[in-house]
Amino acid sequence: MLFSFQRLKALINKELIQLKRDRATLAMMIMLPIVQLMLFGYAINMDPKHLPTAVISRNNTFLTRSLITGLQNAGYFKITQTVSGDKQEERLLRQGRVLFVVMIPDNFTQNVIRGQKSALLLQADATDPTAVSGAVGALNTIAAKVITTELKGALGFLKNAAPAFSIDVQKAYNPEGFTRYNIVPGLIGIILIFTGAMMTSLPLTREQERGTMENLLSMPVQPLEVMIGKITPFIFIGLFQSLVVLFIARFLFSIPVFGNLSLLFGCILLFILCNLAIGFLISTAAKNQTQALQMSVFVLLPSIMLTGFMFPFQGMPQWAQNIGRMIPLTYFVRIARGIMLKGAELQDIWPHLYPLDLIVIVITLFMLRVYQNTLD
Amino acid sequence: MTELAIDVKRLTKKFGSRIVVNNIDIQVPKGKIYGFFGPNGSGKTTTIRMLCGLLTPDAGEGTCLGYDIMAQTQMIRKKVGYMTQKFSFWDDLTIQENVEFTANIFGMDHVSERTREALVKLGLQHRSDQSAGTLSGGWKQRLALAACILHQPEILLLDEPTAGVDPKARRELWDELGRLSEDGMTILVSTHYMDEAERCHELIYIAYGNLIVRGSTQQVIDQTHLKTLE
Ligand SMILES: Nc1ncnc2c1ncn2[C@@H]1O[C@H](COP(=O)(O)OP(=O)(O)OP(=O)(O)O)[C@@H](O)[C@H]1O
Ligand SMILES: [Mg+2]
Repeated sequence: MLFSFQRLKALINKELIQLKRDRATLAMMIMLPIVQLMLFGYAINMDPKHLPTAVISRNNTFLTRSLITGLQNAGYFKITQTVSGDKQEERLLRQGRVLFVVMIPDNFTQNVIRGQKSALLLQADATDPTAVSGAVGALNTIAAKVITTELKGALGFLKNAAPAFSIDVQKAYNPEGFTRYNIVPGLIGIILIFTGAMMTSLPLTREQERGTMENLLSMPVQPLEVMIGKITPFIFIGLFQSLVVLFIARFLFSIPVFGNLSLLFGCILLFILCNLAIGFLISTAAKNQTQALQMSVFVLLPSIMLTGFMFPFQGMPQWAQNIGRMIPLTYFVRIARGIMLKGAELQDIWPHLYPLDLIVIVITLFMLRVYQNTLD
Repeated sequence: MTELAIDVKRLTKKFGSRIVVNNIDIQVPKGKIYGFFGPNGSGKTTTIRMLCGLLTPDAGEGTCLGYDIMAQTQMIRKKVGYMTQKFSFWDDLTIQENVEFTANIFGMDHVSERTREALVKLGLQHRSDQSAGTLSGGWKQRLALAACILHQPEILLLDEPTAGVDPKARRELWDELGRLSEDGMTILVSTHYMDEAERCHELIYIAYGNLIVRGSTQQVIDQTHLKTLE
């Protein structure tokens, strides 16, 4: 018995009708990406102000005093501590009491007046790289303005030359450049796990629970036709959800996609297939919808915790990293971040793409073996 | 020797270590109504599922319409109409959608015409947009039967079609089965109701997976005073 398009069309049509009438599920799948993104999106601080900052001044002159006042008044920084060194500033950063430490070195004033380069040191908690680049910009503007204003009288001859200072940035605690922006690519992955693993396994187990599976299997259908019929609507739903997330991220939160969109969607499609296969596996193992739900949560939780979606992967203990390396989302998160935030090309993401390919192939082969056309 | 539509021997099925169907032979002659009797849990549903390839027997062999029940289940599924014990059409699809879906799955041509004909014959053409889940028990059974015979199968496997329907609907259903049989359809029907035995040509009675008695209806009644088995 050959593959039949008439049967496939009927199967897909049936799934679409059932989905259309299942308003609650449908609403959930449309609202999920929107609500999730809003929650995470507004947690991203769009317009940072008054970020806690410590100042170490090794040079107490009219110029450095103005500089500190300037920092205080500009609004970006909020100077909460004035420390004298002795590694005190490191502790403050580590404890998260301040996000920045601005260090004004010895002889700063004298060097500026002499036109010799002198560097302000900005130590930053780099958890949020956008905040860091904002800080560099703010510090630069403020220092330049203060120096020009303060020195315009007697030392007016200096005005034409660019102010003789530079800013050295030292980032701490986040070598990966982990940011809340990083949540968005990962969030697409989490939503696709929801749709793939949970929303697919539920209707399948429902079909078993209600006995309609018995009717379907007693008809001349091929296992492959049933599978394709079941997953096709969810492929489109998954793609639609990804589009919604990207759209909101772009227009509400100004998070653009730097890389190639078709490469991104190719990878999204692969990840959707991966989760649909997992959803099918769950439905063959689960006896009822409650069990299917529990198993999906069992898949979802480690995906949230151990894949670098929420917490930096390198920061996890070795055993957790080992588990993480077996979870598809780990690779999808890296791929999506690479393409979206860094404009990565195929060759850049390949080291993460091939393990994901492998996982998808293994899961799909296993699923095809386990899935049967009978009730045993 | 009449031609057999179903001819299976030593059919056995275990669930875990429990033997649910034990060494059962079934021979159903073409064009006859074959009654399948037995109390709850005696293995009727399990047997029927094995006949149409939904369960794989642990032992036994045989053919259904000449196709091997182990190896050629896909061919069997095409030519058999199986009506499950529990209503198993899709509650959230309308009556029409259910019938259309079935017609498409069986690869029929002129699906919408055939669907309309079937609904008219059922007397459900005015309620074709009603969802199947909202039908009453008797109507559900009639819809299920209509969907089962839609693709003109050569054999009907009906699992307790009269359970839970009122006496009038029960009579009408048996009248319909009689008509189908006269047109040459082979029918295997399982039931609890002993009084339905007289409408069968042949019957088999099993209990807890084991054969109790079988033969033509007259033989069985003569031999065992079947009514006492109830
Ligand atoms: N999938 C299964 N796994 C384990 N046991 C099963 C399974 N299906 C059926 N059984 C058991 O096999 C036995 C026979 O069940 P079956 O449904 O075939 O009986 P039946 O004659 O159809 O009963 P009824 O008249 O209630 O429909 C029952 O005891 C049942 O509990
Ligand atoms: Mg039964």
